[in-house]
Amino acid sequence: MRDLAAWLAKTGVAGAIAFLAGLWSSSASQSDPQDFALIEKGRYLAIASDCASCHTVPGSDRPFSGGRAIETPFGNVISANITPDRETGIGAWTEEQFDAAVRRGIRPDGARLYPAMPYPAYAKMTSEDTRALRAFLNTVEPVRNVAPPTALPFPLSIRAVMHVWNALYFSAEQYRPDPNQSAEWNRGALLVQGAGHCGACHTPKTVLGADKADSFLQGAMIQGWFAPNLTNDATGGLGRWSVDDVAAYLKTGQNRFSAATGPMAEEIVLSSSKMHDDDLKAIAVYLKSLGGETSPLPAALPQSEPIMIAGAAIYRDQCAACHALDGRGVERLFPSLAESASVRSDDPATLIRVILRGARSVATAAEPTSPGMPSFGWQLSDLQVAAVATYIRNAWDGAAAPVTADRVKEARKHLGDRTD
Amino acid sequence: MDAETVTTMARKLPKKDVVIVGLGWTGSIMAHELTDEGLDVIALERGPWRDTPTDFPTNYMQDELRYHVRHDLFLRPDQTTFTFRNKIDQTALPIRTWGAFMPPNGVGGGGVHWNAETWRFLPSDFILRTHLTGRYGAAFLPEDMTIQDWGVTYQELEPHYDRFEYLCGTSGIAGNLNGAIQEGGNPFEGPRSRPYPTPPQKQGFGHVLWAKAARELGYRPFPQPSGNLSQAYTNPLGLRMGPCTFCGFCEWFGCGNYSKASPQTTILPVLLRRSNFALRDNSEVLHINTDGSRARATGVTFVDTSGEQWEQSADLVILSAYAMFNVQLLLLSKIGQPYDPVANTGVVGRNFTHQTISSVDGFFDKSKFNFNPFIASGAIGMCIDEFNGDNFDHAALGFVGGGYLGQVQTNGRPIETTPVPPGTPKWGARWKEAVRDNYLSSLKGGSIHGSFYSYRDVYLDLDPTYTDRHGRPLMRMTIDFHDNELKAAAFMTDKYAEIVRAMGANVVDPKPRKGPYDITTYQTTHLNGGAVMGNDPKTSVLNRYLQSWDVPNLFVLGASAFPQNAGYNPTGTVAALAYWSAAAIRDNYLKHPGPLIHA
Repeated sequence: MRDLAAWLAKTGVAGAIAFLAGLWSSSASQSDPQDFALIEKGRYLAIASDCASCHTVPGSDRPFSGGRAIETPFGNVISANITPDRETGIGAWTEEQFDAAVRRGIRPDGARLYPAMPYPAYAKMTSEDTRALRAFLNTVEPVRNVAPPTALPFPLSIRAVMHVWNALYFSAEQYRPDPNQSAEWNRGALLVQGAGHCGACHTPKTVLGADKADSFLQGAMIQGWFAPNLTNDATGGLGRWSVDDVAAYLKTGQNRFSAATGPMAEEIVLSSSKMHDDDLKAIAVYLKSLGGETSPLPAALPQSEPIMIAGAAIYRDQCAACHALDGRGVERLFPSLAESASVRSDDPATLIRVILRGARSVATAAEPTSPGMPSFGWQLSDLQVAAVATYIRNAWDGAAAPVTADRVKEARKHLGDRTD
Repeated sequence: MDAETVTTMARKLPKKDVVIVGLGWTGSIMAHELTDEGLDVIALERGPWRDTPTDFPTNYMQDELRYHVRHDLFLRPDQTTFTFRNKIDQTALPIRTWGAFMPPNGVGGGGVHWNAETWRFLPSDFILRTHLTGRYGAAFLPEDMTIQDWGVTYQELEPHYDRFEYLCGTSGIAGNLNGAIQEGGNPFEGPRSRPYPTPPQKQGFGHVLWAKAARELGYRPFPQPSGNLSQAYTNPLGLRMGPCTFCGFCEWFGCGNYSKASPQTTILPVLLRRSNFALRDNSEVLHINTDGSRARATGVTFVDTSGEQWEQSADLVILSAYAMFNVQLLLLSKIGQPYDPVANTGVVGRNFTHQTISSVDGFFDKSKFNFNPFIASGAIGMCIDEFNGDNFDHAALGFVGGGYLGQVQTNGRPIETTPVPPGTPKWGARWKEAVRDNYLSSLKGGSIHGSFYSYRDVYLDLDPTYTDRHGRPLMRMTIDFHDNELKAAAFMTDKYAEIVRAMGANVVDPKPRKGPYDITTYQTTHLNGGAVMGNDPKTSVLNRYLQSWDVPNLFVLGASAFPQNAGYNPTGTVAALAYWSAAAIRDNYLKHPGPLIHA
């Protein structure tokens, strides 16, 4: 009960009302469609869970109506229509069926969902949470839209194989607060592991696409980007960022070091920029508690290496006008390369991609500038990109493995096939 | 084709509260202010959408051939052009390649490709006729000079100048803070309410030497106020800008470094997020529609790139195109009485002006002087204001007006930077040798930014012969220099040459502006007037709030409202007037739609 009191104090009056309203009405089998507090709780959970991202075709004015292709290493999974349309959406589902789909990955017809729908993370939530989510989704505009079927290659085309996958990897266990940690930390852990499903992108995967249990949030390739390490690792992770830096990044898309782009930009626009400041701080407190050991630094390449000399010259010509000769850029305009863990991550995919294709920082209400970097892919050869990337990774007291021209060539080919 | 016929052909779009014609500086400012007010605003822009990383990327924007020589960012003369003549008794012919000025096109307008020289006009500039006749007597002014007071004072515009400078992050040093003259700033400027938001840009070697020589001659030099920022800045809208890198590709180019103030860097990212704002690019407005009474605008008709016509109705129409096109749209829409210089009646097209630019080149000993001309910014430089406006006694000089004198190293771009002393052959080995010898050790483009006062026979009207691709008459420019401006140019050029001599130049090459007005050589893009503001509907198209005297739900922004041009770059004043007009709309017009001034 002390935990509950602390949680109530933390989430404030609105949260408390939502929670109590949930308790009061939990005996009813279907939610009161006018239950404002429950709907608001569900709306917030839908934001924290970023439902709108996968369940809306980008640019569509029909939110939650599904049909977006979610890229996985096994093929595209097409998202479902989760508007309350009774025939093509989830309008006819009972609350129990909805709960089973969200937290267990089981459709009303008994078929198994693919874990592109992050039910292994949502399992951390409570049935009360899914009831709220459902109450909110009942309020969105019903859209008649039959999403095309997902067609993964055999044997994944047989959804029954997901029974095996679930037996291997799935845990139905709800989040259990750690009594040795603060209420704030526990709130952060629940958001990161549960609704926020951060691990879906940031945790390395097994060959079967499940989280590697011992590498939680340590960074992974996703959709042609390297989703960075979110532990407190000082070289590869968030070690350099303060709690406030992490919270500012999630809220505004920017902080004094960096700016969000790629899939994280979408997450910030649809989800974390709309979350409460204390929840973002809780997430930051939790992430900063993870790991914390510094991964061993490789020896920096000597500045006298020919590739470093070439890279330095290219950097001075092409990059320094914005990112500055000291690599620190301009705060909240041009990201700091000198202080970026991302440019030095073991997998240089993001750095190469940004050089080849350019990038645009996310725009938010707090940081509307949305500065962009042009593409250099048309201008620099594979070897020149490799040289400047190697220089950036090894300048300003940083160190990371050099980037080869072959790696750039491979990235260029891969990116050439991508439409995003 | 008359307006009514076209209207019946056009497809109708849902009505908006406000339609804005042209999304450059003034359109962007007005759209921001009126969406702030909660109004539903649509902007129509003739040219394309343009944005920093996609249209001005740092890795190809510095393309002098594409942008400077081939005019990539400007209107194409085959889209539309103007006809030109010097005198009323001549036949005007169409301009087929841009020369004296560069008409903007596209989102951001001239705010994309300006040099970002961000000046305020002098307090006396706004009451010019009253001031000059008070000091020298009415007989001192040439008989055909039609200068007049603006109807708005410097004091009234001061808060609006201030807003624009803080929007842009303008780099400079105040010369007059609330009446107290400040060391290092322009002592002649009107009182400003607070310092510039960022300190002046660092000055190059040539600027420092020029300022030293000017100071030794008794002048008070100061850094030019610059919209290319000296340091990173976050404006009141939350938009972030970076420091200028002195690449020297400002005027005629967009800035890829987020360092130059433009609608793109200071307003548009915020405006575009607003659900009550919409933009249609590549949409050319053909005319303003009025109701039967001709006293109320009902909206505009525009044409898209497929030739389809659309009618956009609105309660409020804002004309914020380039000055010449504002005037043309008024004439084509039959709003206001067209100016007739012979009968001296009417107002639309009257008091058309430009600028009177002169320069002095200086050639120095290359073993002692290296000016590194490529370390440059469009609005860097040191200036003096002793010979601007009426800062000096004209009684014995036989002319009025003036300009600032500045050493402004805007660029050392290779195609156009071929400085050679007078007497050098125009081509061949000796020319090449002279360029090589002088590239680093000469000062080109010493800028004498002269005023251009208004005259009865300098005006705009619809050409009787030539039409655009829509069949509409082209604007006809009738413009020439008068003795007053040429005398002022000669006087100021002499003063400038003295400074260059005092710097130690071996060869000084003064180039005072000479008549007749030449449409083929670049001066500035500062065309003004034709739809001027004032206190009397007989001599102005707009009242002091830039509201049409004839059609009160029409406001016309931009330099077309200048009754005459001062000896400064106009953008600061253009923007201040836009904020001033927006404030009048917000504070008064929306509460009581109708004439803000009863003439």
